[in-house]
Amino acid sequence: MSLDKIFGLYTIGFLGITVLIGIGEKIGLFSNQMIGWIFMALSLLIYVFIGIVTRTSNPDQYYVAGRGVPAVYNGMATGSDWMSAASFISMGGALSAQGFAGLAYVMGWTGGYLLLAVFLGPYLRQFGAYTIPDFLGARFGGNQARIVGIVGAVVCSFTYLIAQVTGVGLIVSRFIGLDFNIGVFVGLLGVLFCSVLGGMKSVTWTQVAQYIILIVSYLVPVVYMSWTLFSIPIPELTYGRILQQNNTRALEITRDAKEKETRALWKQEADEANAKIKAGGLAEAEVEKLKAQAALAGRQATAPAASEDAKFSRYLTVPGGTGMWNFLALTFCLMVGTAGLPHILTRYYTTPSVRQARTSVAWSLFFIFLLYFTAPAYAAFARFTIYAKLVGTKLSELPRWVTLWQPAGLFSVVDRNGDGVVQWADFVVKSTDFVVLSMPEIAGLPFVITGLVMAGGLAAALSTADGLLLTIANAISHDLYYNVIDHTASLTKRLTITKILLIVTALVAAWVATFRVAIIVELVAWAFSLAGASFFPALVMGIWWKRANKTGAVVGMWAGLLVTAYYMIGSRFYGVSWFGTQTIASAIFGLPVGFLTIWIVSLLTAPPPREVQDLVTSVRYPKSGQGTKGDPLGRDLQEVPAH
Amino acid sequence: MATTTASRTGSTGARPPGGELTERQRQEYWRYNVTLTTVLLVIWFVVTFVISGLMAGWLNNYTILGFPLGYYMAAQGSLAIFVIEIAAYAYLMNKKDEEFGIREEG
Repeated sequence: MSLDKIFGLYTIGFLGITVLIGIGEKIGLFSNQMIGWIFMALSLLIYVFIGIVTRTSNPDQYYVAGRGVPAVYNGMATGSDWMSAASFISMGGALSAQGFAGLAYVMGWTGGYLLLAVFLGPYLRQFGAYTIPDFLGARFGGNQARIVGIVGAVVCSFTYLIAQVTGVGLIVSRFIGLDFNIGVFVGLLGVLFCSVLGGMKSVTWTQVAQYIILIVSYLVPVVYMSWTLFSIPIPELTYGRILQQNNTRALEITRDAKEKETRALWKQEADEANAKIKAGGLAEAEVEKLKAQAALAGRQATAPAASEDAKFSRYLTVPGGTGMWNFLALTFCLMVGTAGLPHILTRYYTTPSVRQARTSVAWSLFFIFLLYFTAPAYAAFARFTIYAKLVGTKLSELPRWVTLWQPAGLFSVVDRNGDGVVQWADFVVKSTDFVVLSMPEIAGLPFVITGLVMAGGLAAALSTADGLLLTIANAISHDLYYNVIDHTASLTKRLTITKILLIVTALVAAWVATFRVAIIVELVAWAFSLAGASFFPALVMGIWWKRANKTGAVVGMWAGLLVTAYYMIGSRFYGVSWFGTQTIASAIFGLPVGFLTIWIVSLLTAPPPREVQDLVTSVRYPKSGQGTKGDPLGRDLQEVPAH
Repeated sequence: MATTTASRTGSTGARPPGGELTERQRQEYWRYNVTLTTVLLVIWFVVTFVISGLMAGWLNNYTILGFPLGYYMAAQGSLAIFVIEIAAYAYLMNKKDEEFGIREEG
């Protein structure tokens, strides 16, 4: 059966089952919790099934899916590899809270693919290795560059992995009431089944299946919402009008007397808390509590527009000065980070040819675009619901979605001025995740769609975890163990090590996740900056400049990494500030330093040997005939059965 | 692209057996690639940092499909342009490969 047919049937089957569950809900067969269970069990079963069917011990299959993944499917796999729990669950909400400034994420996480397409993707495919440290090792001769690559890949991927695992735990505990810690381990079981049994091959096909679930579940609620409001099922076309209505409402709310009264009360609370902190003599825990209280009250006291006669609310206001600098810097860092993350770059090793690698980046971006193009619509519709449907209702007559989701603790509706009516300032947001999670109920859809969204969030988190896990295990077993430590290790031994590492890494990640460290979300953003500042300059220079040599690359990678890390830690903890740049955009300094260092140090030292320069030349021109298969250095040829 | 006519004559010229490119063809191929890459990056830069960034505040005075134009460009317009750019890159480079007789199996 062809791939199109398999995945076509799979999609229809999945939709059919969703409809059946919906009917079950309608006739009262399933409770909400049961629906949650069914969706989780069903999707995990699918992933485990794919893992078993695609199991393999062939190294080419295990490391790069036999370089046989057609462009479209590699695009889908990259899409779900890329889109994490954060993109799926949190981005819509972040946009709703931040307005224009949040669009840095939307642009950054898509525009980076252009850099990937023109600077790296096709060339890495032409080189045809197994991992990114492989390329660094071959291009910059020897283990030093390879080891920096290994460290970078492991550190970036591991922090990112913990965030995904945390995401799995949150989703499972929120939707089916399972304990967070148990949820984490249940989810990991699904991930391990795929990656251990079939490496990249299993992961690829699972990711395709996960992409389909995640995109369908992301689009359904917001498409339905657009349909009920405008009779046009394309939210991307209709939310412009919503933005304008929201803007008008925001300005009204800024002027409204009752709102002003409520805001004044919040302001008072914030001032009192701050005064208490200033007075001093309090225990540290008490101070922290007061600080949090002041921050929350301060947020509630902020009007949706800067002044009463403003033309635009804060939501639509484009920042100026330092705000604009940070917006541009963050966009740039996210783009470069996107193009430097090893688990994404490895995906372009899996296509059958350079041409398919090019086409594949295009498909990747298209599939990612579908979600990011829609996220701002989520944000606008959520605001609209609160502005137009919630503000002004009596506290005794709250909408259904509010009563249903309030116990989850993501937001609460209070009555600050005691007038029995909800004001905008009465809506206290604790986690903006409510935007995507409660959208099905906001739109008035049955609970089965909420279950579908859960399955989508789970797919997003698991698919990214899959890719990351494999990247870490390969970096250690293939790059560190085989290439650096024991060059004579047999294939069986290497694959066994990889499998053990997969299990150990997954367990360690799950264990770390159970501590629920608050800084994890921040660390993910740091991983981006670090990847951008270390990998990106070395890879780009390695491909585009023949003269770049080993010393330049090694020193350059360290320089980029250290400058970025210095600014990150300095600005986050010790008040360092260059041009008022946010911590999250630290790579804006590390990246140019990385490029410059590679350039200067390479020129000061001897040019790379002839064969390395030839390697660069060969990477630039796709060859006729057989596309590269197996290990480019021929090491595995004797062990690889015929393709 | 400016190099199209030149490369067409180059590509129809005699090629050594085995599909290997001559030195001149290689230069032509690479020049085409660099030109295309540069053009795409300039568009990328202008769209992201100038239009959707620095100019967005001013553009918000105009409206498209009900959206303030600045917001629209940052939320939708730029994304659509990225997709078109990458698709154009894949199409043009793959066509160039064909023109130069580079046929990979796979």
